[in-house]
Amino acid sequence: MLLEIDDVSLLYGRIQALHGISLTVEEGEIVALIGANGAGKSTTMRAISGIRPVASGRIRFDGEDITKLRADLRVRRGLCQAPEGRGIFPGMTVLENLDMGAYTRRDRAGIAQDLDRVLGLFPRLAERRKQQGGTLSGGEQQMLAVGRALMSRPKLLLLDEPSMGLAPMLIQQIFTIITEINEQGTTILLVEQNAQQALARAHRAYVLETGRIVKSGTGEELLHDPSVKDAYLGVA
Amino acid sequence: MTTTVNPPSPEQREGLRDRLRHGREAVAQRWHHAPRWVRWVLLAAVIVFFYALPNKEFYQYLGPIPTPGANFTQVLFTVSIYVLMAVGLNIVVGFAGLLDLGYFGFFAVGAYTVAVLTSPSSDIKTLWPWLLVVPIAIALTMVSGVMLGTPTLRLRGDYLALVTLGFAEMIRIAAVSSPFLKGQRGFNQIPHPPGQYTDGKPIFGVLDARPYYWLVLTLIIVVVIGVRNLTHSRVGRAWISIREDEDAAQLMGVPTFKFKLWAFAAGAAIAGLAGALFAGKQNFVNSQNFELLNSIIILAAVIFGGSGNIVGAIVGGGLVAYMIERFRGIELFGVELYEYRFLFFGLVLVVMMIFRPQGLIPNRRRAAEFKDRRKEVTVGE
Ligand SMILES: Nc1ncnc2c1ncn2[C@@H]1O[C@H](COP(=O)(O)OP(=O)(O)OP(=O)(O)O)[C@@H](O)[C@H]1O
Ligand SMILES: [Mg+2]
Repeated sequence: MLLEIDDVSLLYGRIQALHGISLTVEEGEIVALIGANGAGKSTTMRAISGIRPVASGRIRFDGEDITKLRADLRVRRGLCQAPEGRGIFPGMTVLENLDMGAYTRRDRAGIAQDLDRVLGLFPRLAERRKQQGGTLSGGEQQMLAVGRALMSRPKLLLLDEPSMGLAPMLIQQIFTIITEINEQGTTILLVEQNAQQALARAHRAYVLETGRIVKSGTGEELLHDPSVKDAYLGVA
Repeated sequence: MTTTVNPPSPEQREGLRDRLRHGREAVAQRWHHAPRWVRWVLLAAVIVFFYALPNKEFYQYLGPIPTPGANFTQVLFTVSIYVLMAVGLNIVVGFAGLLDLGYFGFFAVGAYTVAVLTSPSSDIKTLWPWLLVVPIAIALTMVSGVMLGTPTLRLRGDYLALVTLGFAEMIRIAAVSSPFLKGQRGFNQIPHPPGQYTDGKPIFGVLDARPYYWLVLTLIIVVVIGVRNLTHSRVGRAWISIREDEDAAQLMGVPTFKFKLWAFAAGAAIAGLAGALFAGKQNFVNSQNFELLNSIIILAAVIFGGSGNIVGAIVGGGLVAYMIERFRGIELFGVELYEYRFLFFGLVLVVMMIFRPQGLIPNRRRAAEFKDRRKEVTVGE
């Protein structure tokens, strides 16, 4: 088991955002986390990447308890998140942003190799390598955020709504790339509003409602689950 | 040069701001495209100019530049101290993006450390030489920076501003009212740095400010080289990433707290050094030297010059300190302009923030960050 979250709760001041959630991610999987706005999807990601401390419960990653580990050290263990709302560095160029993704690494040859790989996955970024991040279009920033996270060569890639705000064409493209990344050997935990696409691509998925996991199963199962259909897939 | 100067027509004048901007960009372009040796020669010329500046034989030919109301070399010393501090504060505010409103507090720690350990008016009567005390002063300011930063740098933005403000005020009040720090009476006979001319006269003294100015100038150059190297390293990349997006920086594996603390401590150390130099030069330290206003001025100078850019900080610190002194001794309709210096200063700042929020010589990245933030404001949540 690569990631195991056990009964995790998280508080924002007095507001409890997560009420004892548990989930697992196996090596090689794409796992999707779906749920309505405010369900706690991003919060779950923050707990895993460590930028918010958990109130109770444990998080295990790659055989090690990381519940209390600092966020930057989790990156060194192979856990990297592309944040929601892109969160790229606006004043840095595309290349500098990608370079920041490899901040924890020192293997120059490996970094150069991964840079080629990322620029191969996202030709648009290759064309704009000298452009400042802040001047990229929304879609390009999204790609940059995903590419930058890949540059840390993570064992587990956390993607928080990578398709947010993209045109349908680009959404397709992003999901194709996510599948490709996964096939190249990176495990992925994916948060999505776009439940249809996410469930179709994911091996397994969890449904989150007001800070609780209410359903889980294979992507296929949930895609055909009547209650999931009703709540998250629109009229199907 | 073969350009002819014509009075600007109305259309031309309308575009003055744009033309100024284009002009500046053209200068920047030229600078960046000039061959390496040209840049080195120009840089060397600038440095030589500033080393020559405090000599009367030189500055008497510089028209309105020397200050009429004050000894020009003394003014230059003050200006150089401000420049040194601006370079230090720029690390904190410009590179790491931490709002430090009490930077002068560290200057005070440096100056008082020197005063207490060297002056015969001090209660502890150690009477150590100046040079020995300088490293102690720097170390102590660094420690106070770490002590102040450790609890506050984990919190976001505004807290730090308030805490640093409180810190500077605390130091000032301690200076005014603690018997150990001697209040208004202060510490006298603080020793100068070592060194003698061949005829046995000491190099550093109260009357001739030139050696002190040269010393500070040299230290500025050393510090700038150090800071430049730092910013082009992993440390600099970490600072910039924190300033641009702290959460994202953390998600990329940057130990944000550690680097913020480093920036804070490095800035504090430079202020401590400036304080130690000041104490030696003045020969005297009392509670009047550390008004809160100084912290604000130095911060304004960094922002004015273009925070995040070393050259910007130098120009900002230099210009602001110089302008304030330049008002001395100028009378207009029977009023001494010096009395109103902060009014002018405030006006310039307001105008500046409206038309050029990124500062005189902005940092390329900073400009993009400003745009990014503006977008956030207009698009909203
Ligand atoms: N910093 C914060 N302070 C207080 N409450 C917060 C904070 N961040 C999130 N919350 C609250 O926690 C709950 C979960 O938020 P979260 O961002 O995890 O939702 P989400 O599932 O990612 O939603 P969305 O799909 O809109 O991104 C929400 O009710 C939200 O208001
Ligand atoms: Mg979210």
